[in-house]
Amino acid sequence: MSLETLLLYFFAAAALAGGVLMLIARHPMRVALALISSMISLAGIYAILGVHVIAVFQVLIYVGAVMVFMVYVIMLLDVRDPAFLERYGRAVVPSVAVAAVLSVALGAAVSRGRIMSADYLAGLHSNSMAASFEVQPFSVEFLERYWLHFELTSVLLLAAVVAAIAVVKAGRRHDG
Amino acid sequence: MDRTQLLLTLSITLFALGLIGVMVRRNALVMLMCMELMLNGVILSLVTFAAHSATLSGAVLVFLVFVVAAAEIAIAIPIVLLLSRQRHTLDVSAYSELKG
Repeated sequence: MSLETLLLYFFAAAALAGGVLMLIARHPMRVALALISSMISLAGIYAILGVHVIAVFQVLIYVGAVMVFMVYVIMLLDVRDPAFLERYGRAVVPSVAVAAVLSVALGAAVSRGRIMSADYLAGLHSNSMAASFEVQPFSVEFLERYWLHFELTSVLLLAAVVAAIAVVKAGRRHDG
Repeated sequence: MDRTQLLLTLSITLFALGLIGVMVRRNALVMLMCMELMLNGVILSLVTFAAHSATLSGAVLVFLVFVVAAAEIAIAIPIVLLLSRQRHTLDVSAYSELKG
């Protein structure tokens, strides 16, 4: 077994352990830390797959922006909140059953289905540019073919900022 | 087991764990984080397929999904904060007046 496969198994196990810890942990801060560890292991998996750009984005955007935001919000809130002390609601058994049925069905589909070989897939799209996921080919492809989508995401982010401000303003009006 | 198959199984498992978390946990913020875990599982399968078929457009799509996720969090957290300010709790069972 090569080192790469070993690392892949290690990161997969770490991501799974983070996910399980998220269900068990009581305090939201611990849940957030478990989610961060799970996300970092996923970034490791992406790096092993050779998709370095995505691995960097995973760390920068998810861990660096989203989760730091989340941790700040958890620190803002009251720790004596009863929701922080009692972990589970009422529907534990049915929800676990639903998730188990769903994962078994999807897992059966994955294990039964044949995964097409990479050569066959490369034959499907004619513009096969032997895609390597390094920064330079990614950026060239991104800004030459998908520049419109890139600009549209900036519009989306602007709309999100305006909506967040509007939500906070609406809350102020209700309070006073 | 094939590498692609292993990663797809991992992605299914992460999605199911997040789904259990969303349905089971009481704290609204924890539910939000479990939704992030579900999204991460789906993104893992997207990256797996993109790496398997060696298409750059898959990587571009993952980047766009990241941006959408960031925007979603930027909206969701102010809403959760407003809810907690109104009811002084994050327990979702306190917000049950929408129940039929």
